[in-house]
Amino acid sequence: MSFPMTVVVAVKALGRNAMRTALTALGMIIGVAAVIVMVAIGNGARASIERQIRSAGSNVVMVNAGSGGFGPARQGQGAVTTLTDADAAAIRERVAGVRYISPALNTRTQIIAASANWNTLVQGTSEQLVDIRSWPLEYGAFFDASAVRSAAKVAVLGSVARDQLFGAGIDPTGATVRINNQPFRVIGVLTRKGQGAFGQDQDDTAFVPYTTVQKRLLGVTHVSGITISAEDGVPLERVAAGTADVLRERHRLSGGEEDDFMVRTQEEMTSMLTSTTTTMTYLLAGIAAVSLIVGGIGIMNIMLVSVTERTREIGLRLSVGARDVDVLTQFLVEAVVLSLAGGALGILLGGAVSYAVTALLQWPASVTPQSIALSAGVAAGTGVFFGFYPARKAAALDPIEALRYE
Amino acid sequence: MSAAPLISVRALTKTYDLGETQVRALRGVTLDIMPSEFVTLTGPSGSGKSTFLHLIGCLDRPSSGEYLLAGQHVAALDTRRLAGVRNRQIGFVFQGFNLLPRTTALENVELPLLYAGGVPARERRERAAAALAAVGLGDRVRHHPNQLSGGQQQRVAIARALVNRPRLLLADEPTGNLDTRTSIEVMGIFQRLNESQGLTIVLVTHEADMAEYGTRTIAFRDGLVRSDVPVVRRRTAAHELERVAGDAEAA
Repeated sequence: MSFPMTVVVAVKALGRNAMRTALTALGMIIGVAAVIVMVAIGNGARASIERQIRSAGSNVVMVNAGSGGFGPARQGQGAVTTLTDADAAAIRERVAGVRYISPALNTRTQIIAASANWNTLVQGTSEQLVDIRSWPLEYGAFFDASAVRSAAKVAVLGSVARDQLFGAGIDPTGATVRINNQPFRVIGVLTRKGQGAFGQDQDDTAFVPYTTVQKRLLGVTHVSGITISAEDGVPLERVAAGTADVLRERHRLSGGEEDDFMVRTQEEMTSMLTSTTTTMTYLLAGIAAVSLIVGGIGIMNIMLVSVTERTREIGLRLSVGARDVDVLTQFLVEAVVLSLAGGALGILLGGAVSYAVTALLQWPASVTPQSIALSAGVAAGTGVFFGFYPARKAAALDPIEALRYE
Repeated sequence: MSAAPLISVRALTKTYDLGETQVRALRGVTLDIMPSEFVTLTGPSGSGKSTFLHLIGCLDRPSSGEYLLAGQHVAALDTRRLAGVRNRQIGFVFQGFNLLPRTTALENVELPLLYAGGVPARERRERAAAALAAVGLGDRVRHHPNQLSGGQQQRVAIARALVNRPRLLLADEPTGNLDTRTSIEVMGIFQRLNESQGLTIVLVTHEADMAEYGTRTIAFRDGLVRSDVPVVRRRTAAHELERVAGDAEAA
């Protein structure tokens, strides 16, 4: 019998028992849909983490002052004071592809307003930080380069700091707050950005020029880090490598000496975080795959029942000239058609559920072509694997005994 | 009947091994059946007549002995070639009709052509429709078996057996599930096919009167041929139907 004919015969045979076919396919439908949804949710988790990381600024290379100390006693990160704003200037000048750059020096301290006070992270940066992080303002403006040069006592508040010091929704520009007992003029408020990649509240902060932190708050000349954003299309690894070269030269580190700084690209941080969610995705998909196997066993069960029930039909087919391979193919194709149809419906159902999850839970669950291809492949494979034993049983029947079967 | 025999068996035996006991269903049968014969096989159950039918129908293999179908040693063929022989040279009709349920009469009749291979869909349909018309069911092609009477179902089965134009028609108690009148009608179809097309028919029956529709009766007992005689007073279906109708009027 030709293969297309076999498929037609298989579809007709399945159609003769529509209810049973539907229930058997349901096992497959649920299994495939579960895989699709679980993978989509896992991908969604990864996408949302990547989005949070990107909110820290795109194409970012971070330099942190390294750990220092001699011998066995090592100090913590940032203990070294060799990193300066002159390093930042040198990087800007000598490393190709640097778009924005900002030294960083932070201190956690109390900010006092007229009627409230709040302990928050005061971040010293250059005027380019808002560009690095593409962070629009709600009120006022960010400080400019001249404020950085003159170590001006101006502050831009994060929305949470503003809420605590002045009240939600208030425009505090022009007001004065006291930081370390010195008056700072509030010149702007940033829009709300939400939680960062590591769970910190990005809005509970205040920005001041890093020069101001150096001279007026901490009384130091170094910085604790440098944030660099690369031009579009420039590989971050190249910017990172160029930065490291400049810093080693400026810090006069000879060949054998360790770096006194750490350069990390955003991609490294992303891959570190996403590897966790990838593991979780595999775990979810693995659990869903179990239901796929259960669906496959359901198909095998029904095919075995079907072979027993249709013993006389098999005997008849053999008597009118079907070869054993014809019978084998017929039942195998029935199982594969069943599982593929279930798989196709499962993909549709999984897509619909993923869409509903996205729409209702604001969770970006994305159905990927890979998960569809994987499900379809697994469905077909399940059909062949679980259909083979019943089909072989059918093909091995003795014609006379099959014809006599009651 | 001077030509070569269509069926030629020599010392044919069949022993079923049932573990502890062995059943010797056939103990050595030797006979020839010529083309265009209408042979009826009779005998009590367990006499070996059905076993003999299965062996000459290539549904089973003999334990020993020779079987030539149209001069070919079919016992030596492998399973797949045997399937081909069943498909092209032999048509089967069973007591229980064995039609596929929820499948039209036309599709049931087409079935052997599907396994013949190389027959285009259009030709399949035409040949199946012609075979149904030949058994008087030209107007029932779209009916499912459960919409047909027993006699009609058996006629669909006969059409299925004939659709691939075999030389040999084997029937295993084809009238066993039918009433008298329908049985006579079915026997009439066999007689017509035998006389008009020269189809060789071998038919198993345990009803003595059905055996008289053929041209030769072979009686089995205990796995051996007990008698092998030509039918002297042959019944014809047309005549028998008139008689049945007359009986009905008298009653």
